[in-house]
Amino acid sequence: MATAREVKLRIRSVKNIAQITRALQAVSASKVQRAIAQVEATRPYATKAWEVLTHLATQPGREHMHPLMTRRAEVKNILVALITSDRGLAGPYNTNVLRFTLKRFADSPVPVHYVTIGKKGREVLHRRGKHIIADFSGIPDRPKFGDVSHIGRLLVEEFLEGRADEIYLIYTDFINMLRQNPTAKKLLPLEVDSGEQRVQQFATSKRVIPAYIYEPSDQEILDVIVPRFTELQVYHAVLESQASEHAARMVAMKNATDNATELADALQLEYNKARQASITREMLDIAGGAEAMAQAMAEKARKAAAKAAEG
Amino acid sequence: MSIKCEIVSQDRKVWEGEADMVVVPGKSGEMGILENHAPLLSTLRPGYIKVVHGKDEEIFTVTGGVVEVLPDKVTILADASERVDEIDIKRAEEARKRAEELLKQTPPSTAEHLAAQAALMRAKLRLEAVQRFRRGKRHPQVQSGTSEESGE
Repeated sequence: MATAREVKLRIRSVKNIAQITRALQAVSASKVQRAIAQVEATRPYATKAWEVLTHLATQPGREHMHPLMTRRAEVKNILVALITSDRGLAGPYNTNVLRFTLKRFADSPVPVHYVTIGKKGREVLHRRGKHIIADFSGIPDRPKFGDVSHIGRLLVEEFLEGRADEIYLIYTDFINMLRQNPTAKKLLPLEVDSGEQRVQQFATSKRVIPAYIYEPSDQEILDVIVPRFTELQVYHAVLESQASEHAARMVAMKNATDNATELADALQLEYNKARQASITREMLDIAGGAEAMAQAMAEKARKAAAKAAEG
Repeated sequence: MSIKCEIVSQDRKVWEGEADMVVVPGKSGEMGILENHAPLLSTLRPGYIKVVHGKDEEIFTVTGGVVEVLPDKVTILADASERVDEIDIKRAEEARKRAEELLKQTPPSTAEHLAAQAALMRAKLRLEAVQRFRRGKRHPQVQSGTSEESGE
């Protein structure tokens, strides 16, 4: 059994760990809130842009859509933009989204290329020998639109140049503090009539839109909106992922704090036992010593008495 | 008689409210939009949005985007938009200097050069907006401080 002193040292170190994890937990909790607020802020633009987009795309007499909305007959290359975190200690967050990605594209008949956003994803894909064409790690906390818009621009360019025929965005959807789901979304070609619930949502709430006057032309308006909308989707996914990352980290840190507290309690018991044992031992020593002393004294007294009796 | 007006950029809602008239820098010219305007979609070029409501006037800078006009509502999807009162003169001035430096350093018609040109345009737009429109701040000091740029 460890000595009381050793146990005491361990208790102190465990308590220090608990203190650190508790601080990290608090930091993550506030970051989740901020990220959610940012996601909310993108909603007005996204809603409106989507509305205009669906309207333009469903206009009668539109044979040729925007190039970014045209489905390719043959898919020869797939590009996947994967969002993970730069830092660890986030519980199962990175593992989940990575496992999801690898499984999703495990038996793809065509080559899959990757764009990684986040160091953790880059490391794993690199180890697995996947083909990474670009990496955008080091996105700041609380990113502004300008911090991520170049990612969207790169994806649009890859698509337009024909180096990718389908582009997917994989991120972690924030549902609540305890649930975050890895999600794959087809980013390009942009499908307006895909079965997304957003379409239904607009279809039910929609007034009859009269024919618009286009200035200078509907094509030019699409040219402005479609790439912006793509960039916005990437921005949105980054924010969702950050909210998920912080939520996952918060839960992981809470578990760590709980474990540390439990461990400290158990160690405290052990310490009490060890201390008690050493006290008992000392008591025995003292008692034994006293007994021996008393015996020695008694012996001495007896001898002295015997001597006196003789004399 | 008024029309609803909403200005949103990708990361925030810039402004929302009622207006008598909204003036936007359309691709093919300035447009003053009143109530019951015909439905219209137009792209925007860099410039100023003016929202008139009674005697009040709000000015916003805009670097580009799209405007959707419906008989009772104007929605502006801006690439970037700022209310004149929000503009940080010092930051805009710094941005202008940075962009000018970059313009000198980068060879023409490269991506960096074009980006610097765009940045310079945005900075100038903001500085000019402050100079021209900021209410109650038309002191000689501000006038002289920014008048050098107006000569471009």
